[in-house]
This record gives sequence, structure tokens and C-alpha cells, in this order.
Amino acid sequence: MTAPGSVGTVAPQRAHFDAPLTLRSGGVLPAFDLVFETYGTLNASASNAVLVCHALSGSHHVAGTYAHDAKSLGWWDNLVGPGKPLDTDKFFVVGVNNLGGCYGSTGPMSLNPATGKPWGASFPFVTVEDWVDAQARLADQLGINTWAAVLGGSLGGMQALDWTLRYPTRVRHGMVIAAAPKLSAENIAFNEVARQAILTDPEFYGGDYYAHGTVPTNGLRLARMIGHITYLSDDAMAEKFGRRLRHGEHKYHYDIEFEIESYLRYQGDKFAGFFDANTYLLTTKALDYFDPAFAYEGDLQAALARAQADFFIASFSTDWRFSPQRSRELVFALLHNRRRVTYAELDSDAGHDSFLLDDAHYHAALRAYFQNIEV
Amino acid sequence: MVHLQDVRFDYDVIARWVPQGARVLDLGCGDGSLLRHLMNARGVSGYGIERDTPHVVECIRNDVPVLQIDLEQGLAGFEDAQFDVVVMSQSLQAVKNTEGILAEMLRVGREAIVSFPNFGYWPHRDSLAEGHMPVSRSLPYQWYNTPNVRFFTMSDFEELCAQRGIVVRERFAYDEDREITIDPNNFASVAIYRLGRAAA
Repeated sequence: MTAPGSVGTVAPQRAHFDAPLTLRSGGVLPAFDLVFETYGTLNASASNAVLVCHALSGSHHVAGTYAHDAKSLGWWDNLVGPGKPLDTDKFFVVGVNNLGGCYGSTGPMSLNPATGKPWGASFPFVTVEDWVDAQARLADQLGINTWAAVLGGSLGGMQALDWTLRYPTRVRHGMVIAAAPKLSAENIAFNEVARQAILTDPEFYGGDYYAHGTVPTNGLRLARMIGHITYLSDDAMAEKFGRRLRHGEHKYHYDIEFEIESYLRYQGDKFAGFFDANTYLLTTKALDYFDPAFAYEGDLQAALARAQADFFIASFSTDWRFSPQRSRELVFALLHNRRRVTYAELDSDAGHDSFLLDDAHYHAALRAYFQNIEV
Repeated sequence: MVHLQDVRFDYDVIARWVPQGARVLDLGCGDGSLLRHLMNARGVSGYGIERDTPHVVECIRNDVPVLQIDLEQGLAGFEDAQFDVVVMSQSLQAVKNTEGILAEMLRVGREAIVSFPNFGYWPHRDSLAEGHMPVSRSLPYQWYNTPNVRFFTMSDFEELCAQRGIVVRERFAYDEDREITIDPNNFASVAIYRLGRAAA
């Protein structure tokens, strides 16, 4: 049965691309696949298409559930569906797994046609720009010349921003949430610790663990634990876990004493059980490299000059991974370029994770913005 | 921010003073209705600044570009002379950093337009003479729940402008539906000023 407001049962699709894709790193993918999902109906003039870009651990599965698994709710299901803020009665919504991913799109786990073996460590570095280029090929194949909006949170927001720069005439609204125009040194530092956890795991084998029949579970688990610390706020952690003890007393051992330890281990174990370590490494590097102002000697205003879209920018008060200040940098650089910008700086106690939650004001702002997008 | 029921004069006078097609920044823009009016009547472009989240959502609903920024932080991030006009309708009395925001308005805008409730309005004086803080159409709050933090008269405001090198280019004072030209500091409930910088 379909819950009200739900897109219901969905199924992923696969698009194949034969023309080679030259990547920023200089690498070339001779051919590639993207898996994607769509919700709603593309209208006759293809003017109602919205691309939802995923963040570090997300996928093409944005909304709905799979027939074989009732628990397989899409990662942004609270936003996307009939009557929801991103209303699939109005919009045709596309979710796509990025290149280098581990959910079916061509990535390190795929077979390298040249060797017949998994790419593993030899999979080329991919950047936000490469993802956007690949997404543009998918748009071509779907008959979408111009997106009504490209939307994303965190790393997904960087893709939304990059769309407005790389294909200025192909996106009418760039919707950049809980993101930043580039990572700070502190952001990169967290990513580097996460990578080192994976790279130094003895089961990693330089990235060719598939051939060795191993999985660098410990490294991936540590990487995810670090990530989760940065996604929450101090307040959210205090409220959720505080110093609550598992056993009600100090046991003086290294098993779980505090509930926060239990949470991090659970999240780490869960993630290490399904996510690919090579994808994690590639994706954190894509985050680190993203910096549209780099080619403009750090001048963000100059970098954004070619954007033609309108913008919706949002940030959250307790997000210290991508703080409101980072979004404001983007806002003022866009203002300098006289773009039409809407900026919401929302109160939240949930840290970076806020962008995935359904806070009433946040969703009301998104709903109102989407309602005013003409299709 | 504060909203009068009767904002007709505000909107009409501000629309008259704002040049056609101007770039406008509206501080404390509420639900965005003034900026929407200026967009429709004068073809302006620009942004509203608003702190309060429900108002921000209303602006988005009204298709008015809004930036959620707390004015107490000033206008850091905006460039000098980035706008033709910076408007502040019925909000100056709700900002603590009065001097700072006035200076910022005339840094970011070539001109500034501000309106505010005139504390010198005679019924307010009567209230005080009777021993009570005034409550009126233009000051519709009790002392204990008012969002207003600065209480000043037209004369006070003009004195501050004179001291800070701010030139009053035009002034319009009214009470309910009447323009007040005689002794406005006594008879006007609301005053609107068009301000500029004295030529260096």
C-alpha cells in the first residue's frame, strides 16, 4: 500500500553512455553507466524537471521504497512526493548515483573493460565537475535541456552550485543547502583522518581488496564514526546521549560504557557493512578539491560571474561542518553578481544533519520556493 | 518587526521617492509586501532583509527575494553603494544599534529611506503626562511586550542626522490618513525621511 504523500514503490533505472568521458584528473572513462530513479511525470515541454544531487553516502534512491524491502525508504523521502515540498504532482524529480559510487553507477567496484577486473584503486579521481558533466549526459538522454531546479545538501549543494557555473543556461534555480563554496582546512583535516583510517587498514591492500577477498571494515568504520561526530552538534549530542551510561556505573573497560560510544559504533558498523571504501576515499577527495574560485585566484565573485540561475541558499545555526558563515560567503558573492538570491538561515539544534530533517520552517521555506517555480 | 495596519502612506511615499528600476534593499522587510509593492509599482529589483523565520517564509511565498540576516550584526558583507536605495519601514525603533544601522544604510545605499513612529505625537505626550507609556496605532504594544527598543521623536532624529552628517532630502509626516505639515513633531504619528550623505 502507498502511504499518503509517498511516491510509493520505485525501481532504479540504468543509463549507459558510450562516448568517453574525460575527467578533470586527466583520467578517461571509455564508457560508463549511471543508475537513477525518477518520480512524477516529465511534462511535454520538459520544463518541470528537478535534479536532486546526493551527498557523501547518498544515492539515486531519493524517495519511495523498493518492492522487495519495505524498510528501503529513500534518503530524502520526507521532501519528495505528491503534496510534499518538492511536489511530484508538479515536478519530475531525478535522483542519480554519481560516478565513482557504489550503488550501481560506474565506480571502483565495476569491471574495468581493459582488464576485465574491478577498477579498484585504479579508478580515476572524480570531481564535482565530472559528476555534473555525467549528470548533464543523463539529462540529454532524458530529453531535459534545462532543469527547473538542481537541488542538493552538503556535497549535493556543491553539485547544484557547480551546475549553475558549468551549464549556466541549463538550470533555472540553483538550490544549495548546508553547503559551502569550498572546504575549510578543518573540513579537509577531518576528511584526511577518515581517509588515513581506510588507507592504513591492513585489509585495504592499496585499494585492491576485492582481489584479496577482504574488506577494510575497520578503516571504513572509523571513517564513518569521525564523520558522524561532525554531522551532529554538541547540543544535539548532549541531548541525544549526554553522558548516559550503558550499565549505570563505570565498568573500567573498553567496551561500551557511554551511549555515545554505542551510537558511533553502531553507525560505523552499519556503514562499513555496505559502503565501498574506495568510493568513500574518492568522494572525500571530490569534496576537498571542490573550489570554483581556484581558477580565479580565489576570487569567488569572479568565479560566480557566469551563473545565470536564481538561487535558494539555506544553512543551519548549529551546523559547524558547513556553518552559516560559509553559506553567507556564497550569498554575498552572488549578490555582487546581482543574482536573485533567497537565503534562509534556520535555527536548528541538529547540526549538519538538519538538512535531511523535516523541520517545519525549513520545509515551509522549500515548499514556498518550489511553489513559485514556473513550469 | 513592527507593522502598522495602515501602511498606505509609507508605501506610497516610499514608492514616489524610489527611482524607477532602482536597486533596493529593504531592511526588516516583514512579509515582503513593501518590496513586492515597489517591484510592481516601480519595477525595482533587490532584496529584503529579515530576521524572523516565519516572515522569511512569507517573503518566499510572496516571491520576494529575502535574506535571513539579523540587522544587529550590521550590513557586513554588503558592498559600498551596492544599492540605489536602502529602505527601512517602521523598523528603526526596533533596532538597538540605531547609529550603526543608519551609517550602514548610507554606506550600502546612495540614499536611505526610513520611517518610524514619532514618540512626540501629542497623544503619546498625554499618556506620559497621565503617568503611562503610550499605546497607540503607531505604538501598538504594551511596555512589557514591545519589540521596540528605541523611543525617539522627529526632533530627536533630525538632531542625530545633523550631528552625523546625514542630510534630510525629503520628509513626510502623517497621522492616520492625513499628511501633517504643521508642527509634525506634535501632530504626526509617523514620519518618513529620505536621507543622503552631505557632499564631502
